[in-house]
Amino acid sequence: MIEQFAETIRQAATEGGSVRMRGGGTKDFYGVALEGTVLDTRGYAGVVDYEPSELVITVRAGTPLTEVERVLAERGQMLAFDPPHLGPDSTIGGAVASGFSGPRRAAAGSARDFVLGVRVLDSSGRDLSFGGQVMKNVAGYDLSRFVTGSFGTLALITEASVKVLPRPVADATLRFEMDESAAIAALNHWAGQPLPLSGTCFHEGTLWVRLSGARAAVEAAVAKLGGELPADAEAFWSSIRNQTHPFFAAATPLWRMSIRSSAPPLGLGAQLIEWNGSLRWIAADVEHDAAHAAAHAWGGHATLFRGGAKAAGIMRLAAPVLALHKRIKRSLDPNSVFGRHRMHPEF
Amino acid sequence: MGKPELLDPTPDALVDRDELIRRLLAGLPRHCVLHAPEELKPYECDGLSAYREIPYAVALPENEAQVRHVLRTCNECRVPVVARGAGTGLSGGALPHPRGVTLGLSKMKSILAVDPVARTAVVQPGVRNLAISEAVAALGLYYAPDPSSQIACSIGGNIAENSGGVHCLKYGLTVHNVLKLRFVTIAGEVLELGGEGLDSAGFDLMALAIGSEGLLGIVTEITVKLLPKPQLARVVLAAFDSLEKAGEAVANIIAAGIIPAGLEMMDKLATGAVEQFVHAGYPLDAEAILLCESDGTPEEVAEEIEHMSAVMRASGATDLRLSRDEAERLRFWSGRKAAFPAVGRLMPDYFCMDGTIPKRQLGRVLRGIEALSLEFGLQCPNVFHAGDGNLHPLIMFDANIPGQQDTATRFGAKILELCVEAGGTITGEHGVGVEKIDQMCVQFGSDELELFHAVKAAFDPLRLLNPGKAVPTLQRCAEMGAMHVHRGQEKFPELPRF
Repeated sequence: MIEQFAETIRQAATEGGSVRMRGGGTKDFYGVALEGTVLDTRGYAGVVDYEPSELVITVRAGTPLTEVERVLAERGQMLAFDPPHLGPDSTIGGAVASGFSGPRRAAAGSARDFVLGVRVLDSSGRDLSFGGQVMKNVAGYDLSRFVTGSFGTLALITEASVKVLPRPVADATLRFEMDESAAIAALNHWAGQPLPLSGTCFHEGTLWVRLSGARAAVEAAVAKLGGELPADAEAFWSSIRNQTHPFFAAATPLWRMSIRSSAPPLGLGAQLIEWNGSLRWIAADVEHDAAHAAAHAWGGHATLFRGGAKAAGIMRLAAPVLALHKRIKRSLDPNSVFGRHRMHPEF
Repeated sequence: MGKPELLDPTPDALVDRDELIRRLLAGLPRHCVLHAPEELKPYECDGLSAYREIPYAVALPENEAQVRHVLRTCNECRVPVVARGAGTGLSGGALPHPRGVTLGLSKMKSILAVDPVARTAVVQPGVRNLAISEAVAALGLYYAPDPSSQIACSIGGNIAENSGGVHCLKYGLTVHNVLKLRFVTIAGEVLELGGEGLDSAGFDLMALAIGSEGLLGIVTEITVKLLPKPQLARVVLAAFDSLEKAGEAVANIIAAGIIPAGLEMMDKLATGAVEQFVHAGYPLDAEAILLCESDGTPEEVAEEIEHMSAVMRASGATDLRLSRDEAERLRFWSGRKAAFPAVGRLMPDYFCMDGTIPKRQLGRVLRGIEALSLEFGLQCPNVFHAGDGNLHPLIMFDANIPGQQDTATRFGAKILELCVEAGGTITGEHGVGVEKIDQMCVQFGSDELELFHAVKAAFDPLRLLNPGKAVPTLQRCAEMGAMHVHRGQEKFPELPRF
């Protein structure tokens, strides 16, 4: 199977074409353009190695995310970065290649934080391994984290070793009614205290707070924070993580603003806040300039996540940073075989 | 042992030493450019003192504009640049280049801003790791990564090495705790990587920059994440009558769903060395001890300590002691943190190895090290970040005895090869530097190394930043003749063998 993938890559390189890697295709909506021959990773599936006491699982890219999570759940463990299932067919390869993370991200870390090693095919079809199955590894540049989130524009990830964590013993969700400014203030205040926050979401006057960890810690935090205990908490968090919440179904473009957590209300339109204030989803027809300026003003960046006018690009990179992106792309993928124009119109 | 052959095709400089110094002085005040022999001497080595070299000059810029001047000048003159933080590195990453400039960031040591609401601090690269936590302690916050050298080591050096610490199993490495960098390229361009949000647009350049050992660029400003200080921490000191049982206890703790704030192991030789030095109260008859820490709210800590203790007891611990107060907790840790200097008192010299292995391989690797210790006739106490599989065997030797340093070097190389064989890596946190450059040929095949060089070319096409460190040239690997079989293929099949 690896040899077949390599052949597809080499053939595209010879013919001046390109390939686009695809698992379940649940993120086909994302990016500037979808170009090139589809390279379907789903034939290369299965768990290569899993030893719960090492807190590491090594899986082939085409393995369904649900399958990985089922295997981990059997041993009381989980992917702590909460990779979103943006459809039933999401694969672990897609989760790593996109680098998307869910509600637990602010507390536990992102996809790239948990990737320990990758096996990849490079742009000339060579089978390479970087990183490994150990938590600490500083031999050579950290290419396994670097390819995470690169959307198949640098290499084909064929296997990934991912750090896993035990599932928390206890969970509780609290709900508060408050306005946006108060919610932003509360989130930043709570995040600065030793509370077991594992997810936060503010939308239309309601703040949801999830607490996870040792039973004693969760109980103490519930007593301290107050709020009401909603009955449908699990379904709610799943709708945020997997973007099935009605907010994400709007016909308007969806902007993703990753900014300073304490930034005041942006006032750009319908909104959903996560990650203690540092992630703001805006479902509105915001001009590109306005979106980028707002994110930039608060130390962050904006991405046109879904819909909207993508020809102008879905993100903006400062000139020297863009130049470096292009040099890296040219250096690692000189014939632009991988994911051409998926991430940026210029590479 | 002689100086490491750099074997790195750094281009010839376009100017001589005097002209280089004149050009450096055009952008830096006199007191920021050292070039007299007696001024250069203190910079001849870092924490790995077995390797020494005198650079052409040492530049000590006071601000980013001066850093850019040094880099632009060296780029124009084609002169190698070696970045240096506090000089505490253990792999020779800051070993000067004999025809290069050492760029010391020690004068850039201001904490520029602290945001108590968004919980971040903006600091210059020369700020000491511990100084950050001290500066924000009154806010109830701290900077989590705590390498053993944290009183002295600089945050800039932590970025270069992706430093960890005894608490990184729970709180992560440097790469997990940094939000944003100002990063100057060899051409003198300033890039902002990362951002004040939790991620950045485009490629994850921060992941590449952190741990790149000064080979890709120079960091002039760092925004770090600050965490709320846990209300309470307590540590259990457990004794075992065999290393295997201690190793099993580690696996059992993790398998029980516990992520301790710290989980450290020391063998009998190490505890013996430490007790003479700091009197931490370690049991001297134990074959191995574990230090297992819990932090959080008082309720949480009580629950977790009980759980940890039960698991260790069931795994065969012969003695369990729980720190009664903060003073005792610090005393239990003082021994672990003093392990390197304690060994240094017993023998004139030691090499500290830094391999990481899957934890299930612990017994096998420790037995292997024991056998090697007998074979080479050198003692080797072990301290071990058990929770994340990071071993620090300390090879004791006396460089004044002819041949002993060579023997120690060969012993060290064997240990690292053992780690690679066990599915691990040659360096968990100290970096490759010059020390482990040849073992990189064991860990990686020529194809992987080529990709590293391709990354380097995108940042530093003339290879002026820290040449000869971290990533070996293919020629070097071929010449040292390390035969590494990668997925059944012989390495460097294109090269002749003699």
